Amino acid sequence: MWVKQISIFLENKSGRLAAVTRLLADHGFNIRALSIADTSDFGILRLIVNDPARAYQVLKDAGFTVSETEVLAVEMPDRPGGLAGVLDLLNEAGINIEYLYAFVSKSAENALVLLKVENLEKAAGVLTANGVTIQGHNIVHQI
Amino acid sequence: MYWNQEMECMPPEQRRKLQLERLQKLVRRVYENVPHYQRVFRKAGIRPDDVQSLDDLANLPFTTKDDLRRTYPFGLFATPLKNTVRVHASSGTTGKPTVVGYTRQDVDTWSEVMARTLSCAGVKQDDIIQIAYGYGLFTGGLGVHYGAEKIGCTVVPVSVGNTKRQIMLMQDFGTTVLACTPSYALHLAEVLEDLNIDRSRIRLRVGVFGAEPWTRQLGREIENKLNIVAIDIFGLSEIIGPGVASECLYNTGLHIFDDHFLPEIIDPQTGKQLPPGQEGELVITTLTKEAFPLIRYRTRDITALHEESCPCGRTHVRMSKIMGRTDDMLIIRGVNVFPSQVESVLLEIGHAEPHYLLVVDRRGPLDQLEVWVEVSEKVFADEVRRLETLEKTIQREIEGTLGISVKVKLVEPKTIERSQGKAKRVIDKRDLHNLHNKTK
Repeated sequence: MWVKQISIFLENKSGRLAAVTRLLADHGFNIRALSIADTSDFGILRLIVNDPARAYQVLKDAGFTVSETEVLAVEMPDRPGGLAGVLDLLNEAGINIEYLYAFVSKSAENALVLLKVENLEKAAGVLTANGVTIQGHNIVHQI
Repeated sequence: MYWNQEMECMPPEQRRKLQLERLQKLVRRVYENVPHYQRVFRKAGIRPDDVQSLDDLANLPFTTKDDLRRTYPFGLFATPLKNTVRVHASSGTTGKPTVVGYTRQDVDTWSEVMARTLSCAGVKQDDIIQIAYGYGLFTGGLGVHYGAEKIGCTVVPVSVGNTKRQIMLMQDFGTTVLACTPSYALHLAEVLEDLNIDRSRIRLRVGVFGAEPWTRQLGREIENKLNIVAIDIFGLSEIIGPGVASECLYNTGLHIFDDHFLPEIIDPQTGKQLPPGQEGELVITTLTKEAFPLIRYRTRDITALHEESCPCGRTHVRMSKIMGRTDDMLIIRGVNVFPSQVESVLLEIGHAEPHYLLVVDRRGPLDQLEVWVEVSEKVFADEVRRLETLEKTIQREIEGTLGISVKVKLVEPKTIERSQGKAKRVIDKRDLHNLHNKTK
């Protein structure tokens, strides 16, 4: 039900991001969404790819520190206030967001946002009760 | 469990008498038979008869690794080669190896102290011991071998390497005692895990680990993974090989077999003797060795001596686990720092095999210490906040242990260079500055 995300530890130095993306390209992975969180010393690259289990193995075998985590793919109307509405619902329910980033969707009416919260179950419950659609990992097969 | 209760539990006063007797004989023997000793004793204005008490030991000149190199290969032997039944040699990282020799009596002494060592670990005649120390010029394999045979164990002299075969033999033979380096024990444990071997098919009870210093934390890691008791054994080829000192099952430090090996602790800078409990460089005089006796040999290992009694009943003086080497010691802002201290902190925090690097530099008048730590999958978190917390925890703990401020930097796996399994632990950029200034 949740979207599987691959997180990679990267040192903040030139060429590291290129090394990861080149490796994934050579193995035929399509990166569907990504975000980078960084400090002055290091960064965490988060990726949504078509085959996360295999990508995890490929990256691990290449010597990267990798982890597999789950995030929530939330569908929202692609217009002003779409994201704010979703965040209001979570805020009212007292759910903290660790981070979020956008997923490029094919649909013209709806936007997709990937959300990391501590309790995915609870967040999904609040949102679906308010008529918000949660997407599963099949989103990576769109386009 | 004792091997030689009379010697191991001798009242300290009586042992001191024995030590003095042996020391006086030794000093005469080396003076008469080894030109090197005659020369350095004369230079120091000392005659063999001047040794009237154990306190006089402090007046004798030290012997160093350089003396051994200078006299390569047999210059320090005190008996004719025809009486030497064995030689061993330690691999010199630079230049020639260090050569040591044994008479038949020396091989007997060695077997005796190794039998004591194994008995300290509770090893008995009905044990099956797998010796995975290297055999050959290295003293590890054959040293443990002779001690185990003396006890009457069933000895499996498999030597180091070929881990899968080691594990097969361990299961098929029902090995109960493992003898190897701690790093090889950890490797063996990890391969066992990878092969998914049912622990009930392994009968291992105890491991005797030496030839490289290891921390208690690393010992616990091995103990948990292999479900055994880990015993630290200490020795160096110059003194005899393994069998100089050993932990007993009470974990109170390592009992030095001081009826054969007389220990002192000195300040490595001034050479002055330090009282019990104080950390410094271990110096050993071999009281009974015939072929290759050593007077006040500077081991370059850092430890402290303890004279309090041990619940096991042995009265030998004890030494703490080795804390480092004088050649590894860094002085940062006047504080002594050993890479092993950083290693213990990382192990406490939860790195199984911590790969780290100390980078020392000088900015302005002050030394700066940076500790690079590789991020393993075990501690990697997907959130910046948690990694920053990890960084701060490591920093706080290291600062608490070392007493100086450090900067911690998380780095990717395999960033830190490995050479032949032994990682480089220190980069001291201050040396480069000095070199630069000198050449100017």
